[in-house]
Amino acid sequence: MISISNLTKRYGKATVVDDFNLTIEQGESVAMWGPNGAGKTTVVRCLLGLVTYDGDITVNGIDARRRGKAVRSLLGYVPQELSFYDAMKVVDLLDYSAELRRIGPERVDEVIETVGLTDHINKRVSELSGGLKQRLGIASALLPDPPILLLDEPTSNLDARARDHAIGILEGLRHEGRTLIVTSHHIEEVGMLVDRVVAMEQGKITVECDPTELAEELGLRAWLHLILSNGSAPKALDALRTEGFEAKMNARGVLVEVSAQGKGEAVATLQRAGVVIDDLEVWR
Amino acid sequence: MTATHPMPPVTSERPEFRLIRAVAKKEIADAVRSKWFWLWAGAFAVLAVILASSALPGSQVAGYGSFGKTAASLVALAQIIIPLMGLTLGAYSLAGQRESGALRFLLSHPISRTEAFWGTYIGLAAALFATVFGGFGIAGVLTAIQGGSADASSFVRIAILSWFLAISMLGVGLLVSTFTKSGSSAIGTSIFLWLGLVFLGDLGVMGTAVATNLPVSALFISAVFNPVEAFRLAALTAFDGSLDVLGPAGQYAVDTFGDRLDVMLLGVVVLWVVVPTSLAWWRFARGGDV
Repeated sequence: MISISNLTKRYGKATVVDDFNLTIEQGESVAMWGPNGAGKTTVVRCLLGLVTYDGDITVNGIDARRRGKAVRSLLGYVPQELSFYDAMKVVDLLDYSAELRRIGPERVDEVIETVGLTDHINKRVSELSGGLKQRLGIASALLPDPPILLLDEPTSNLDARARDHAIGILEGLRHEGRTLIVTSHHIEEVGMLVDRVVAMEQGKITVECDPTELAEELGLRAWLHLILSNGSAPKALDALRTEGFEAKMNARGVLVEVSAQGKGEAVATLQRAGVVIDDLEVWR
Repeated sequence: MTATHPMPPVTSERPEFRLIRAVAKKEIADAVRSKWFWLWAGAFAVLAVILASSALPGSQVAGYGSFGKTAASLVALAQIIIPLMGLTLGAYSLAGQRESGALRFLLSHPISRTEAFWGTYIGLAAALFATVFGGFGIAGVLTAIQGGSADASSFVRIAILSWFLAISMLGVGLLVSTFTKSGSSAIGTSIFLWLGLVFLGDLGVMGTAVATNLPVSALFISAVFNPVEAFRLAALTAFDGSLDVLGPAGQYAVDTFGDRLDVMLLGVVVLWVVVPTSLAWWRFARGGDV
């Protein structure tokens, strides 16, 4: 359904996307994961025809370069930051977006309700929190009920609560059978939202895999922060180091470095040593 | 994987007037919300009223009828303020939207760059129409109430010419904004251009004429090449029918072009409307990075 072949994008002498190839089937959800500057956002901008590029992109068989309007009519785009149109009211911005897509006011009311913006429609965009702005972006993208959604770092500027809410909305959209393309540098978010991950670095695909395998494929390590009962930290350190873990004490417990899928092993080691774990967190 | 989402009908690539209208409406609404727009509109209206009051019957301004005196004063005001208004509005428009991400948001919709450009242009041209005709309208009404009656049609013609000047400068401003990345550099460039057109252009032509003994024909052509000067000449002929105030260059123009002078000057102003705007559209529509 979406076919990207030999996509290359250069800004001056810098090659931001380098011979990128990707095919996405209808109804599939795919994440482009990678650090800032990996080229994820540029691929999205190429799809939208916002930048010039070498290579070919087709959406549903339509050439994105020659028939940009037709391609964009199939896409809903949630930008990374909704930091523009600050003086506009929420409802006016959505009305404008709807007018550009020949959509009636009843659909505007519908998406306002879907994303939970009903109490904020008369606020100016500048008065919205990061989470509400993100919901507004999603609302605008959903107006045409598009079969494909492009989500550029959908939760990057959100606090934990707003992120949970946004992910809840996006999971719902995924289950409606839409094609989702998500760019992200949050590995947990990728795991929750997509069927397939394309890891990128310096404009190239480095790994393509199932989201549950990504951390392992990339050899990513995590720190497990274990909060322990009073006085048991030295015993825990001994047990972990004996089993070959790198561990160190901090103010509230111990920190132990684990592989992406080796968290359970560290916890089991402590249980065998009789150390009681009060709580734990994963730090990446 | 769940059932796939249905596909909507494919949109045509043909330009659609409804999209141009939607963007134009949004630009007008933005202008109405903008404090800069009200500042310009207010300054122009206040200065127009002051000039109209000072040119009323019984005041000491000599030379023309009441409307003529007011119009002459307004031409002087318009040739300074209106180019700055048009240039800055146009220059900030695309560059500011590009900088904020608004242009990216707009162009992520099924709208072509041509539709986005002409919608922006028409919206801003309408906002400038309101400013120019608001200023001239207030001054005209005030003059009429105070007893001025003659030359009302010339007054309207000058208002129309002023709007042409405004939209020609809007086109130049939009052209500037296709070259600049940020709103601030677009505004800076437009102010530099304004200084060049309004002050340096005039002084430059005069200085060159004195230093090089420029023939009057060349002096006239140099003056016409500057859109602000072309406007001034067209406006002067609109309410006086002559360019005597320009001395030999004016005499040359009258002698050479005769009755066709006002048409020729109007043509130059219209060219200044069409050429920069078309260039700006061509640069924007051919699809650089947003």
